[in-house]
Amino acid sequence: MIHIVKHRLFWPVCALIVLIIVNTIARPSFIAVTVQNGQLYGPLIDILRNSAPLMLVALGMTIVIATRGIDLSVGAIMAVSGAVALTFISGSADPNSLGTVLVAILLGVSVALVLGVWNGFLVAVVGVQPIIATLVLMLAGRGMALLITGGFITTINSAPYKFMAQGYVFGLPFAFFVSLAAILLVASAQRRTALGVLTEAVGINPEASRLAGVRSRGIIWGAYALSGLLAGFAGVLYSSNIMAADANAAGLYIELDAILAVVLGGTSLMGGKFSIAGTVIGVFTIQTLKSTITFLGVPPAVSPLFLALVVVAVVLIQSPRMRGWIGRSASAFRPTTTEAAR
Amino acid sequence: MTATAPALSRPTVLASTTRFFGRHASWIPVFAALAILIIIFGAAQGYFGNFLTPRVISSLLLDNAYLFILAVGMTFVILTGGIDLSVGAVMAFTGMLGASLLSQGVPVGVVVPTMIVIGASMGLAVGILVHYFDVQPFIASLAAMFAARGLAFMVSLASIKVQDPAILWLQSTRIQAAPGSWYITPTGIIALLVVAAGALVLAYTRFGRTIYAIGGNEQSARLMGLPVARTKILAYVVSGICAGLAGVIFTAYTGASYPLNGIGTELDTIAAVVIGGTLLTGGSGYVVGSMIGVFVYGTIKSVISFLGAEQSWTRISIGALLLLFVVVQRLIVARSNRR
Repeated sequence: MIHIVKHRLFWPVCALIVLIIVNTIARPSFIAVTVQNGQLYGPLIDILRNSAPLMLVALGMTIVIATRGIDLSVGAIMAVSGAVALTFISGSADPNSLGTVLVAILLGVSVALVLGVWNGFLVAVVGVQPIIATLVLMLAGRGMALLITGGFITTINSAPYKFMAQGYVFGLPFAFFVSLAAILLVASAQRRTALGVLTEAVGINPEASRLAGVRSRGIIWGAYALSGLLAGFAGVLYSSNIMAADANAAGLYIELDAILAVVLGGTSLMGGKFSIAGTVIGVFTIQTLKSTITFLGVPPAVSPLFLALVVVAVVLIQSPRMRGWIGRSASAFRPTTTEAAR
Repeated sequence: MTATAPALSRPTVLASTTRFFGRHASWIPVFAALAILIIIFGAAQGYFGNFLTPRVISSLLLDNAYLFILAVGMTFVILTGGIDLSVGAVMAFTGMLGASLLSQGVPVGVVVPTMIVIGASMGLAVGILVHYFDVQPFIASLAAMFAARGLAFMVSLASIKVQDPAILWLQSTRIQAAPGSWYITPTGIIALLVVAAGALVLAYTRFGRTIYAIGGNEQSARLMGLPVARTKILAYVVSGICAGLAGVIFTAYTGASYPLNGIGTELDTIAAVVIGGTLLTGGSGYVVGSMIGVFVYGTIKSVISFLGAEQSWTRISIGALLLLFVVVQRLIVARSNRR
């Protein structure tokens, strides 16, 4: 029992389960999953589907945070990749052909990769603080996306493109398989090879790991490139969901959601040890929380307030001072042990 | 000193310049920003022919009054080595709250202090999180940004028009020497007063010097017995007060409050402060530099509207300029570390 409670994922999983139970009590239809034409429908399936962009971004963010960095530009990169993909499709002769859509996705994602490499260059080679290096793109990225779409919201009509966010495979949303693939790829690259250990080493002590022969520059650079790449896929998924490239709204505030998901999953913002499973649970928690907020009838615009409260609660619990207080109040209940310790 | 003076009786211009910069090395970035401002002014004047007119220059102060105020607060925070991402959202929230209170008939003499106090308390909350709970400044202020944005929407989802004569007076009054020449509005005067106050506080008060000490090395500041906790939290409070005041000014400027006001303003503010030569690692920078940074920002915005180009170019140019400054700063820091 103690073994289970001490596990690092115990509290994140608890939070998710409590959230689901509260939702189910409030509206029993929450866990209902109905089958129509061999496809699953229901609030839980919606959470699986809608969490895909956040899942991709949060996975990249986990690796970046593990190297003691932060990537604030993911939302802007999402906007750019969506804008590039949709502008290509709307300008093409046959928006419904699979080839056009594949080229569009490839274009959007490659641009995102280039932006991620650029972030990595600034952080790993030039040595700019991560928050500022990615702030440059956060500033300029949305401007670039607006230029690409010409200041308008580009809308398209393309069945294959629509399929990515709204289609079903084996009864489950296709978007869910995209996030599943990303989870498996990132987890196997980080956990089945030495890469994860090296990443943690860089995050725990960059100087020491450099002296130990870890090529920290390449690892940090790769982390930002991966974050950009995944944000690119997220941007494509997001634009596929609404079938429009909205340079102002795409990925707005997703940075905080992603950081929050990473923190909820038990990865420290100080870098070092990270948990991909934790991030996955964190993403589902946030998505469930958002659907709860919507269900409560709170306008979506107000929902940042609730997220902010959760962030504050989580960082407070993680802070050393709070832990000290908790530890002291816990020992106050055991006067004999404190006496003995003296 | 007096003994060496005769030897330097005929210093060349170059030598005295070198000596000046040697003694005031931390002012170099500010002069660089000033040089960039002058270059942009010159280029715009050369290209348009009618750019450097009293009307355009006066409107720079008018249009960016809120940004000057925000930049002063941000300078305090960045000097301590922190960052405050909440300023734009706090400005929007206080503006919404103020407009809503005014529309309910609350007198302006109560509303404006309330707005400023609310800004200050949000700054206080961020400061406490940062200092006492070791939350990274940008996470703490990001949470404040989200809280303030949510609260702004909670006040009202739609924009609220402001009809209070006192608030509108701040913007509509033009103190002008002659028609068509230089003018200044009360908002501009307030902005300049805030800049002056910020500069004086940083340069001449114990609080200001402690801020530089903390930014230079927090550990040393603590060992020297300086009030680190109080000063650090107070820096965020100053930023919050500035954000509240900016809420007043921005409401006066637009004549209405909208919960989406000031999205991205925190980035503009940080960019202006960095372009003005303040080091993001803290400990080095001046409010006057931030003021020049805001002028650079405002001038780029004006140039782009003169060109008739899309305003999205403003953000891109500011991003590029920010990049340039950050990289140059990085090189300067790397060089001084090697020394």
